[in-house]
Amino acid sequence: MKLNGAAILIECLIEQEVGTVFGFPGGAVLPIYDELYKRMDRINHVLTAHEQHAGHAADGYARASGKTGVCIATSGPGATNLVTAIATAYMDSSPVVFVTGNVPQSLMGTDSFQEADISGMTMPITKHNYLVTNVDRLAETIREAFYIASTGRPGPVLIDIPKDVQLAETEYEPLSGPALIPLLSKKKPLAQLRPEGEALEQYKTKAEPRLEKASQLIAEAHRPLIYCGGGVTISGAQNELMALAARVDAPIVSTLMGLGAASASNDRMLGMLGMHGTHAANIAMQRCDLLIAVGVRFSDRALGDASKFAPNAKVLHIDIDRAEINKNVSTTLHITGDAKTVLELLLARVAQKQHAQWMQQARSMIEDYVNDDKFEPRKILKAMSQIAPQMTVATDVGQHQMWTAQHFPFIQPRQLISSGGLGTMGFGLGAAMGAAKSDPQGKPVALATGDGSFRMNLTELSTIGYYNIPVIVVIFNNGTLGMVRQWQTLFFGQRYSQTTLNRGPDFMKLADAYGLNGTRVDNVADFKAAFKAAYEAGKPCLIECMLDIDEMVAPMVAPGSPIDSFCLN
Amino acid sequence: MYMNKDNAQRYTVGVLVDNEPGVLSRVSGLFFRRGFNIDSLAVGTTQDPEVSRITIVVRGDEQKIEQLVQQLYKLICVQKVQVMKPRNSVERQLLLVKVKAGITEREGLMRLVDIFKAKVLDVTKSSMVLQITGENDKIESLMSLLEDYGILELVRTGVVALERGEDVMTSDIFD
Repeated sequence: MKLNGAAILIECLIEQEVGTVFGFPGGAVLPIYDELYKRMDRINHVLTAHEQHAGHAADGYARASGKTGVCIATSGPGATNLVTAIATAYMDSSPVVFVTGNVPQSLMGTDSFQEADISGMTMPITKHNYLVTNVDRLAETIREAFYIASTGRPGPVLIDIPKDVQLAETEYEPLSGPALIPLLSKKKPLAQLRPEGEALEQYKTKAEPRLEKASQLIAEAHRPLIYCGGGVTISGAQNELMALAARVDAPIVSTLMGLGAASASNDRMLGMLGMHGTHAANIAMQRCDLLIAVGVRFSDRALGDASKFAPNAKVLHIDIDRAEINKNVSTTLHITGDAKTVLELLLARVAQKQHAQWMQQARSMIEDYVNDDKFEPRKILKAMSQIAPQMTVATDVGQHQMWTAQHFPFIQPRQLISSGGLGTMGFGLGAAMGAAKSDPQGKPVALATGDGSFRMNLTELSTIGYYNIPVIVVIFNNGTLGMVRQWQTLFFGQRYSQTTLNRGPDFMKLADAYGLNGTRVDNVADFKAAFKAAYEAGKPCLIECMLDIDEMVAPMVAPGSPIDSFCLN
Repeated sequence: MYMNKDNAQRYTVGVLVDNEPGVLSRVSGLFFRRGFNIDSLAVGTTQDPEVSRITIVVRGDEQKIEQLVQQLYKLICVQKVQVMKPRNSVERQLLLVKVKAGITEREGLMRLVDIFKAKVLDVTKSSMVLQITGENDKIESLMSLLEDYGILELVRTGVVALERGEDVMTSDIFD
């Protein structure tokens, strides 16, 4: 059938079984929104208040579901508003297809109204991007974009479509199933997310010598440690990881992105590692003699002083992205590949080991907290986890994010939605909205946010209110940009430069203005009651927790210090 | 398990890429943002009109070059990357130079042209345009000799290189 480019785009999104797209219309995407209007029975659109948060919503949708998220924005400022969202998705390997309109090609390069070179701008922060110049290439380009975004190490892909390409007509043939895999996959075989059939056999043969060496390293180790990252979540390798830990008899530490895949309910889990890692995790890292790193990229926040990181350990690094090998830490041995596949193959050849003493040593470092009546962040998170242990929790960035990572026991992959790599304040509300929209059962999602971060995205209260998206916003209000204040306290002589937020808004009035239920609490009992009621109601609402301005995130390792040298306990 | 970041060496890297708009920008942007120093870059189409070949001369230690190769492979437009071993490859660059050449200088210049197997492309009463091809050292030494005559204008291409023998770009040095 003959369709215009805009219609082909929407049909191609339907082909990819995209249920919900997030976006914001404008001059250069009018044809796209017109074709969307004609197909509203086949695809949902969520209109946000700002393109950035549509981008974060598509990202949150992808992180929570594992499916590729989609976001649409207009040319110029619409497109540039996406830049932070794209970079956020890129740093955390989240599969999102961003679609932007652009001015007609006849006007491109003339500094015309709302013109911006978004493909040029986003080259460093996308896995790949396209400027589509011919409608005949459009359908294949969209299929390529979904393929690239979701295979290998996932990531965002941007497709910029000039308005004349949206309006030009060409033949379109709907495809489904394997036919959707683009020609590109044959021309340039990208790492498959999970090799199957013949590809798996080929992979096995190739990986054989390395698997053999890996099982030797494991056999020789006395103090093995498993280091779990976001790649385990992406690959869905949590069961294999736990099985390997049991087989090797090793404790587990996790990065921020790996939380949940390394389940907090497992006795082997020592917690998060790094700058705000647990004593147990950081000390085990420094003592281990074999580090089995799976789906991690050895981020500086996890490593501390790289030259003093895991000083006694041989490093076995398993990752799908070959460029991560030997980037920040030299490895003894690496196996490039999908985590689940590699762990399955490894499990088939590793014998049962016993390291009772090492396990006991590692676990003995896990600390308990004193219980008192003070209204503290960790008690909020504990209460949340008691009421809804399996709930998806999104965060913004700062102290509340670290408190959430430390104190909410995440027990399944994709349960924590957080901007790890880029550390984007303002990520949370959009991401929580996207995560909630991705759940077919419509279960509520919590957003743990700070008063600082929340001020960056609170316009989206209108979106969750209008669409009745069940996001429970929990504001950790300490009246300051807490993480910056913490550094000012510790490293800048308590000179609180531009961090005190003594300027509102009144979050209760704000909730009211957006037609949402708001509750302000200053003790654990009231919080529990409010959160339980909110969870059971399953409606968007806001709970403001009044906290001390001097609350800190502890433990803490100063940047660039060895990770067992804590500056705050 | 710390990375040793010494031992910078000169590497010549051949990259086969899709012949598409924006490709050079993707490749050079990657070099810039990952902090690789490019000594020279040359690009042109190949016998296959859909494929271009980029030759890059870059400095770094082995780990840095390994990173570079792997990062290049992540670009969708990159088909093959080859780090060439200096002893096993041939490389050339081309220099065009306009020098002051009055009646008194002309003869001396012609002697240099002869020694360096250069070519004279243009002669006027007061200037000459010379062309020379060769490896970096040869070009540099001619340039230093020409300085005595007065270089008016100069342009040089980047290095282009091929491996010796019948092997074509297929192998990666890093697994």
